[in-house]
Amino acid sequence: MSSEAVEPEVAAQPDASGHFGVYGGRFVAETLMEPLDELTAAYERLRNDAEFRAELDKDLADYVGRPSPLYYAERWSRQLGGAKIYLKREDLNHTGAHKVNNTIGQALLAKHLGKRRIIAETGAGQHGVASATVAARLGLECVVYMGAEDVKRQALNVYRMKLLGAEVVAVESGSKTLKDALNEAMRDWVTNVDNTFYIIGTVAGPHPYPMLVRDFQAIIGREAKEQMMQAEGRLPDALVACVGGGSNAIGLFHPFIEDKAVAMYGVEGGGDGVDTPRHAAPLCAGRPGVLHGNRTYLVEDDNGQIIETHSVSAGLDYPGVGPEHAWLKDIGRASYVAATDDEALAAFHDLTRIEGIMPALESSHALAYARKLAPTMGRDKLIIVNLSGRGDKDIHTVAGLEGISV
Amino acid sequence: MSRIKGCFEALRAENKKALIPFVTAGDPSPEVTVPLMHAMVEAGADLLELGVPFSDPMAEGPTIQKACERALAHGTSLRDVLAMVSEFRQTNTTTPVVLMGYMNPVEIMGYQPFATAAAAAGVDGLLTVDMPPEEAGDLIAALKAVEIDPIFLLAPTTVSERIAKICAEAGGFVYYVSLKGVTGAANLDVAAVEAKVAQIRRHTEVPIGVGFGIRDAETAQRVAAVADAVVVGSAVVNRVAENVESPEKINEAVAALLREMRAAMDAGPPQMGWFARLFGAGN
Repeated sequence: MSSEAVEPEVAAQPDASGHFGVYGGRFVAETLMEPLDELTAAYERLRNDAEFRAELDKDLADYVGRPSPLYYAERWSRQLGGAKIYLKREDLNHTGAHKVNNTIGQALLAKHLGKRRIIAETGAGQHGVASATVAARLGLECVVYMGAEDVKRQALNVYRMKLLGAEVVAVESGSKTLKDALNEAMRDWVTNVDNTFYIIGTVAGPHPYPMLVRDFQAIIGREAKEQMMQAEGRLPDALVACVGGGSNAIGLFHPFIEDKAVAMYGVEGGGDGVDTPRHAAPLCAGRPGVLHGNRTYLVEDDNGQIIETHSVSAGLDYPGVGPEHAWLKDIGRASYVAATDDEALAAFHDLTRIEGIMPALESSHALAYARKLAPTMGRDKLIIVNLSGRGDKDIHTVAGLEGISV
Repeated sequence: MSRIKGCFEALRAENKKALIPFVTAGDPSPEVTVPLMHAMVEAGADLLELGVPFSDPMAEGPTIQKACERALAHGTSLRDVLAMVSEFRQTNTTTPVVLMGYMNPVEIMGYQPFATAAAAAGVDGLLTVDMPPEEAGDLIAALKAVEIDPIFLLAPTTVSERIAKICAEAGGFVYYVSLKGVTGAANLDVAAVEAKVAQIRRHTEVPIGVGFGIRDAETAQRVAAVADAVVVGSAVVNRVAENVESPEKINEAVAALLREMRAAMDAGPPQMGWFARLFGAGN
């Protein structure tokens, strides 16, 4: 599988200017148009360059620790009494989540473009940590923008980034969460565009980011497909992944898009419920608009202002979503559902107690949906859940919700 | 003839350059905006840029970000901004008004409904920061159908072929962003601006406005010497921000700045020597 590390599986999307149907595109200030053209050209050249691919594959194997296992959660599956649930163990990657698959790739692009400074936005801090990690390894300057609210709820990751040598900037504007961190990263980029590479952490933003982040994350689905064939001799019946911006989900889904018999479920942050004002579920309860460089579903009001979102999980607390998900929703290829904070927390505890695996709160949303889905399917059915990250970073949040101070 | 075109032709006949102040509509509260628009015209503004507040103003520095937050605290919407233009037009039918903002409020209203309502209100141009011409086909068509000029940005990073392409779509004037950065930045390099404006001039007859980084009468004068129009945003919004607690002082605070700029621009290009002696060496 390694020689195809950045080969697109479905050549048709996006089109040459970055559109997935009516979504995606490039909605940025004029100053960034040329740098984005430059990045697109470099990526088109390097994605087919044998040396670049070999370098990427080596890093993914020796530094990230790929392939990540596909683990049959036998005890949990039996207790739920339906389909067999397999977990794609992205939590076992170096730095503890799928984010590093992408930062390794983008850092290599930065190196080839001769940029000595990288910037990143982060919500839960996983992408910030993954960016700071690759920056440390390549000796690049690294600045991470993080909403001031998230700095508070993810103190551990903030300290990790600092240990890795990154500067963490707490963003005080707007709702002080991921969307505002993204705004501030864009402002930095437009100012320092000559020497700076912007490592976007998800499959959103202006073209070519949704495409290239997807291509770097698609290794998740390629491995899972091969591993499932080895374990069960056939494709799975359903895929389940959480969706904030949607990079772990698209990474799992993308290699299966043409396998029409495989159902795909993206699980958004339902917060207090998608019928309340407090959620982070643009695909379930939003509508299309333009934000952060792309056209996609957004959580917004009737005047086109972006609404502050809520999710117990900082990594899902974002009002937009990658444009490829918007397209998959509209064409009906993937289904998008939501799990509430409470459902996600229940799934967090289940997996911890029943399988001895402590999942990230983001991934717990996917587990929460699998917990509902599995019992509705026969025991001969197969589900892959993307366990996109580990839960160590969330222990303070979980303890706090239960009134325990650690 | 459109109001914008007429405005630039009249100025050219007088050998003057356009002064274009920007304020965020609804900042610090909705009732301030229309009287402020009139005060700016009175103080020498030729064309007004009215900012449509947006929750995520990605291209703005702190000054205009905070202006958006103040305006949104009162819920100022795109429809409210159009109502302000309508009210302004009751007594001023000559000064062009350009709306400046981000795509999403227009996107949600719908291109056709927006164009119809904006034309009825008396809007002359629309500049959406995050809408490059590549994505703007349907929007441009909707605007042109009601004779609203689509105004596009050019940047220091814009290469020649793109300059040509953008100028071909542009109406009213083109807006050259004088520096790599956000609004209110302080690294304006007038010599570099002059070179780029000359490059743009080879591609278009449309007037060229320059904005970002114009802080005071001196920078306004120096930029006016090389461009057709000077756009002043953060410096004006700062005068608003300084008087948030006493809004009755806003009109005069802004007008005083514009009068200084107007006088400096009309005095013509700065003479080498005396200018440096008076104001320091500049760039």
